[in-house]
Amino acid sequence: MPRQLLRDGRIAADDWTYLTEAANADAGNAEAAKAGVLGSAHPSNGIILTFDQWRSDVPRWRAARERLGVILSPADKVEQLAPDLSRFDLVGAEFPGPSEGRGYTQGRLLRERYAWRGELRATGYVRRDQVFFLARCGFNSFELPDGDLEAAAAAFSTFTARYQPSNDLGLALTLQHR
Amino acid sequence: MYRYDAIDKTLVNERVAQFRDQTRRFLNGELNDDEFRHLRLRNGLYIQRHAPMLRVAIPYGLLSSVQLRTLGRIARRYDRGYGHFTTRQNIQYNWPKLEEVPDILAELAAVEMHAIQTSGNCIRNTTSDHLAGVTPNELEDPRPWCEIIRQWSTFHPEFTYLPRKFKIAVTGAPQDRAASLVHDVGVHIVRGPAGDLGFEILAGGGLGRTPIIGQVVREFLPREHLLSYLEAVLRVYNLEGRRDNIHKARIKILVKSLGIEEFRRRVEAQWESIRDGALRVDEAEVVRMRGFFDPPAYRKLVNIDPAAGKEAAFRAWYRYNTAEHKIPGYRAVYVSLKKPDVAPGDATDEQMDLIADLSDRYSFGEVRVTHTQNLLFADVEQEKTFELWQTLVRAGLATPNIGTLTDMICCPGLDFCSLANAGSIDVAKLINDRFDDYDYLYDLGELDLKMSGCMNACGHHHVGNIGILGVDKGGEEWYQITIGGAAGADASLGSVIGPSVAKADVAETIARLLDVYVEQRRPDERFLDTVRRLGVKPFKERVYAAPVAA
Repeated sequence: MPRQLLRDGRIAADDWTYLTEAANADAGNAEAAKAGVLGSAHPSNGIILTFDQWRSDVPRWRAARERLGVILSPADKVEQLAPDLSRFDLVGAEFPGPSEGRGYTQGRLLRERYAWRGELRATGYVRRDQVFFLARCGFNSFELPDGDLEAAAAAFSTFTARYQPSNDLGLALTLQHR
Repeated sequence: MYRYDAIDKTLVNERVAQFRDQTRRFLNGELNDDEFRHLRLRNGLYIQRHAPMLRVAIPYGLLSSVQLRTLGRIARRYDRGYGHFTTRQNIQYNWPKLEEVPDILAELAAVEMHAIQTSGNCIRNTTSDHLAGVTPNELEDPRPWCEIIRQWSTFHPEFTYLPRKFKIAVTGAPQDRAASLVHDVGVHIVRGPAGDLGFEILAGGGLGRTPIIGQVVREFLPREHLLSYLEAVLRVYNLEGRRDNIHKARIKILVKSLGIEEFRRRVEAQWESIRDGALRVDEAEVVRMRGFFDPPAYRKLVNIDPAAGKEAAFRAWYRYNTAEHKIPGYRAVYVSLKKPDVAPGDATDEQMDLIADLSDRYSFGEVRVTHTQNLLFADVEQEKTFELWQTLVRAGLATPNIGTLTDMICCPGLDFCSLANAGSIDVAKLINDRFDDYDYLYDLGELDLKMSGCMNACGHHHVGNIGILGVDKGGEEWYQITIGGAAGADASLGSVIGPSVAKADVAETIARLLDVYVEQRRPDERFLDTVRRLGVKPFKERVYAAPVAA
C-alpha cells in the first residue's frame, strides 16, 4: 500500500521512496543492494535522500538515473543546497516535532530566493493545524497521518483572508491593499 | 483608533472557529496534552495552578469603551468578576473554563478583539507608549506603526513556531515609556540625517534569567522598510536562534553569542534580498493607517490650573495621577489600579464598566492600558478633572500614587502562576501596609518598584529602581532585592544588594534602602540617581548591618 499524502490540495498516492525505506526493502536482497539498485518495491518511484546522504556521495547521486528528491533537516542551510537544486525533482523540509519552525523559513527561501518551482514537501510532525501556514510558505505536498488527510485537505481554507504577502497559489507577492 | 474591516473581521471569526474545533478535538481525546498545548498557547490559553488562564490581546494598550465593557462582561460571565492588566498592556482572566474559551473568543471577536499570539513561541502583542499621540514632545504618533506591525505579525506564516517568544515595542518620544530597551526588538521613531522620519532598530534586549539591554542594529531605517527589516531580523532568529535549551532560546542569547556586529551583518544580508520586495510600506498605506489615529475633536481651550483652591487630596491626585497633554486645556489622567488592598493591575467588572462610561463622558470613548498596569484617559479637559476625580475616588480608582513607590509592577506570583517560586501579591500588600504615609511617598518622589515571583521576570524586577525577585529557598518564599534598575531611555539593570531576605523582612529592607537615600540624596536627586552616584555599597551596608527586628 503506497503512502498517501496531500499534494496540491488533493489526497494522492506517493510516488517517492525514501532511500532509507528502499534500503530496508532491499535488506534481504544483497545483490540489489550491492548494485545500488534502489526502490525495488516501486521501480518507477523517485528516491528521496536526506541532505546528508546527498552530500556524502555527490558524484554518485549526480550520475544516478533515478529521479531524486532531498529533504533538509532543520539545521541544513538552503544556500548550501541551492547550487544543486536543478538535480532534484522534489525538495522538502523535515519537522521533527510540533515546536520546530525552521522549515517555514527554508520553504520561503526555496520558493522566493531560489525560485524553486517543483514539489515542496513537509515531512515529520505535520498535522492539519500546520498545513495552512506551511502552504503560505510555499509547501504543496504534505505527509500526514492517514486520519488527518481529509481534514487537512479542508484546512487550507482555515483562513480566507490574510495580512501578509504570500507565495501560495502562485500569487504575486504584494502587501494586502484595501 | 483602528477599526476592523472585512479582512480583520474574517480573520478573527475564522480563528474562533478554528480554536473551537481544536478545543473540541482535545476534549474528545483526538489531540493529546502536548499537541493541544502548542495550539492553545498560540491563543493565549495557559493551564495554570488553579484553572486555565486566558490572556486577551489589547494591541498597544488601546481600548474603546465598547471593548472595555465587553472585557468587564467576560469577567462577570466567565470569570470571578475581575481581570488582571499586564505589562504587555493585555488583560488576563484567571478562572475561565476551558470549554467556554471558544465562547469568550466569540464575544471578543464581536468587538474586534482576540487572543491571537498572546502566548507561545511567536510574535506577541506589540506594545507602545501609553501617552502616544498626546505627549508634547514626540516626533510622531507610533500607533499607526504599531498597527502596521500588528497586522504583519498576526498569523505570520513563517514565524509562528519561533525558538521562543518575541516581543516588539515601538516608541515615538525621547522618554521611553514602553521599556523598549528590554524587548526582543525595540523600534524608535527618529529623525534621519536628511531630516526625514524613520526608525532606529534595537535587538537583543530582554529580562528573564539573563537580563540584557538591547543594542542598536540599525541607526536609521527609512520608514518604508520597516516590515522588510523586521522580517529579516525574525528570519535570522528563526533559523539561528537556539532551540536546544529553552533558557537560551531568546534572540538576546543569539545577539550576545554572535556579537552585535555579526548579528547586524546577517540581518542586513537577509534584508538585502527582500528590502525592495512586497513588504515595502508605501506612503498610501501610512496615510491610511494614520487616518485611524487622527486626533479627536478637541475643543479650543486654554490651560488652567484646576487644582487651585481645591482640597489637598485633589491637588495631590492631580499632581501625581495626571500628565501633560500637547493640546491646551487637556490632560491625560491615570486610573490607578494600585489600591493598597488590591492586587496590582486588577480591576473588577464593575470598575471596568464604570471606566468605560467615564471614558465616554470625559475622554472620547477610549481607554489605554499602561505597561505599568494602570489605565489612562488620554484626553480629559482640565476643567473636568475635578468631577472625574470625585467619581474615581468613590470607585477606589484614584489612589494618588502614580510614579511613586506603591505604583508597583507586580506579576500574579505564586497565587496564580504555575511557574512562580514565591508570592508577589501578598508582598505588595506588606509594602503597601508599611508605606501608607503619602507625605513620605511624595517626599521620596519618582521611584519605581517592580516585583516578579520568579526569574521569568514578568514583573520586570531587573529594571525596577527597586526590584524584588521571589526565590524558593528550601520550600520557603524568599526575596532577592536589586537597586538601580531603570526601564526608560537610560535603561539599566539593577544590582543585587546581597543575600535574599525572608518575606516578613522585605518591607523593612526597603525602608532601610530608602533611609540611605533620604540621608544621602542631593537636592532634587531621584532615588535612581543617588544609587547611580553612590553605588550599591552604602545601601548594602545599611540593610545587612543589623538583623531585622521581628
